[in-house]
Amino acid sequence: MSPLRTAAVRDVAVIGAGPVGLFTLFALGQAGLDALVVDALDVPGGQCAALYSEKPIYDIPGRPSVTAGALVADLVGQAAPYDPLYLLGRRAIGLRQEGEQFRIALSDGSEVGARAVVVVAGAGAFGPNRPPIPNLAAFEGTSLFYAVDDPARFRGRMVVIAGGGDSAADWAVILAGIAAQVVLVHRRPVFRAAPATLAAIERLVQEGRIRICAPRTLAGVSGTGARIEAVHLADGAGGQEEVAADALLCFYGLAKDLSALASFGIAAGAAGIPVAPASMQTMRPGVFAVGDVADYPGKLKLILTGFAEAARAAHSTLALLRPAAARHFEHSTSRGDPAARAANV
Amino acid sequence: MTRLIVTARDGSRHHVEAQDGLSVMEVLRPLGIGITGECEGSAACASCHVWVDAAWLARLPEPEDAEADMLDCAFNTRAGSRLSCQLRVGPELDGLELAMPHA
Repeated sequence: MSPLRTAAVRDVAVIGAGPVGLFTLFALGQAGLDALVVDALDVPGGQCAALYSEKPIYDIPGRPSVTAGALVADLVGQAAPYDPLYLLGRRAIGLRQEGEQFRIALSDGSEVGARAVVVVAGAGAFGPNRPPIPNLAAFEGTSLFYAVDDPARFRGRMVVIAGGGDSAADWAVILAGIAAQVVLVHRRPVFRAAPATLAAIERLVQEGRIRICAPRTLAGVSGTGARIEAVHLADGAGGQEEVAADALLCFYGLAKDLSALASFGIAAGAAGIPVAPASMQTMRPGVFAVGDVADYPGKLKLILTGFAEAARAAHSTLALLRPAAARHFEHSTSRGDPAARAANV
Repeated sequence: MTRLIVTARDGSRHHVEAQDGLSVMEVLRPLGIGITGECEGSAACASCHVWVDAAWLARLPEPEDAEADMLDCAFNTRAGSRLSCQLRVGPELDGLELAMPHA
């Protein structure tokens, strides 16, 4: 949450703040270890926050029905007494060893340190869902965008907006008052947006400020250098048309990407990261993996499985980082209220 | 047994015996033709996107909102685009023809 540029160092770095990552923070706290957590999203919760926060979950032990959003809020609260450091809105992109410490490179150019790492990356870091059009990358950031940072950039421009959800609809309405032309491209003539936004689109179409191309899909982009000159649309029946444009905004939701882990030396592949289930350690000593990303024979990809794996990883991490510590085991009932204990430290 | 016919991206046609009660995604995934079903059938990703043959489209139940909204985020969609995880195998699907989406 803080725009941290200096290198934070904690006992353990947790990669991924989904439900299992959050419970990992709690489990590490119970073990007496302090932790930081890195996540690509701007809020904790992972898929629970980004994909289905309103949906009820029915298979969390002791919670007959809980929405994903409420579960995340409670998990954040459960870990709070241990004061984990949240580094949100940035991805972990590199892992290297420096003496006894792991150094984790983040996508904002900073680096954090920890003596152990728990990878809780789920199905991957969230980022824009980019259309599979080979030459798109050349235009990204110049005339192709997946988010709008500065609407004024589109003043007087011919803008094509692709997508059919809230983002596409909202920006079509906003940019209709700024851009020279707004073309809204969608696979079907139905848009999913607030009633007021849909009414505004209808009015702006009548006023000639927005043109809707639907059903049409994005087929390609042409231009010179980093400048888009035309967007090619397919009609689904073999026909194509070209729309003159100098900016393209794509709103196809989020995609999950595990590719950054390929360089971590933990054999991350299509099935996830292989771990020894007795410790949850990966092939790289000191690096653990839990939750959906951790793979072993018989693995059941459920949130509740991840919770148990998080507790296992916390015990393994403690044994690794404090080898001389007495292997005293305590149930949380004996340990007492984490909030009260934290207040006494 | 219900039989499905699916055309892969390389043009090869696969005749598949499908167990009733499974989703079409669960039947296609083991073929290794690009159906991954990453969200395990909860209509929360588009990794089981298929093109249903035009002749079959009207015979299938309409997509529910969650499926239609997720298809909005898929690429290379057509009129016959469906999430195969939302199609349940049963005798009424016997002979269903599908194709893997491509540009």
